Amino acid sequence: MASSCMGIGGEGSAPAAPHVLAVDDSSVDRAVITGILRSSKFRVTAVDSAKRALELLGSVCGLTEPQIISRFRNFRFLCCIACAITYSCIGLQGANVSMIITDYWMPDMTGYELLKKVKESSKLREIPVVIMSSENVPTRINRCLEEGAEDFLLKPVRRSDVSRLCSRVLP
Amino acid sequence: MGYLDEQFCQIEDLQDETSPNFAEEVVSLFFKDSVRLVTNIEQAMEKYPEDFNRWDAHMQQLKGSCYSIGASKMNNECTLFRNNCGQENAEGCMRSFQKVKREHAILRQKLESYFQLLRQAGPAGTATRPAGK
Repeated sequence: MASSCMGIGGEGSAPAAPHVLAVDDSSVDRAVITGILRSSKFRVTAVDSAKRALELLGSVCGLTEPQIISRFRNFRFLCCIACAITYSCIGLQGANVSMIITDYWMPDMTGYELLKKVKESSKLREIPVVIMSSENVPTRINRCLEEGAEDFLLKPVRRSDVSRLCSRVLP
Repeated sequence: MGYLDEQFCQIEDLQDETSPNFAEEVVSLFFKDSVRLVTNIEQAMEKYPEDFNRWDAHMQQLKGSCYSIGASKMNNECTLFRNNCGQENAEGCMRSFQKVKREHAILRQKLESYFQLLRQAGPAGTATRPAGK
């Protein structure tokens, strides 16, 4: 089972199932949350750090057309492919990632810090962010909710948690 | 069997035509991860004697993985280890760590046998002869 970047670039013009970005440094947890989301028919991209998540979010929502074109100017073949992919990204800008679900406790940058960065960004702040944690710490939960987290799920995350959440959060 | 709880069933339930071996894949990821984490803990206990915070931080990661696949017995031993860290009981930690390693080895054996049995049983309709050994 590969956690592939299925969502980016929109394979063909299939009606977009909501695209969820899952962030967790544990490969086991990434596999499990990906499995749960896919079984609920979402497109999933799973990354292992908040930094990678921000890169992904930035690459989807941050680059302008001229920037992308000039970047690939010297590689005509790559340019064609890249433009096709990124044009479809731009077309879905802001709507490509419908939800972020992130582990709280990660080395380098926590899920809370990722949440703050998302909510501070004018481009990203509308994206619902859900935090997961194996520890039930009320102050932590409140802090995340106050910062704008959509929900806080206790691990191990169940399919029922995710379907309840998604039906509430996603269109 | 007491080794795995309902979370493991949840993982098996996620198997379908597109991911027919999902549970085995997740378990394989778990063991790749857990072997590394157990080694980290072992090294930390050697290199940093009585550094309970460090030991605990490593064990927290291992416990998290156990929790995610429903490895309840192993999870319990991890908890006991963490309790010993909290009480700064080095000997207690050594003892519980041995138990964690033992449960880890047992779990691995059991899951390997389990998936082997599933493979031998095969998809319905294709098993035409009894399992070899």
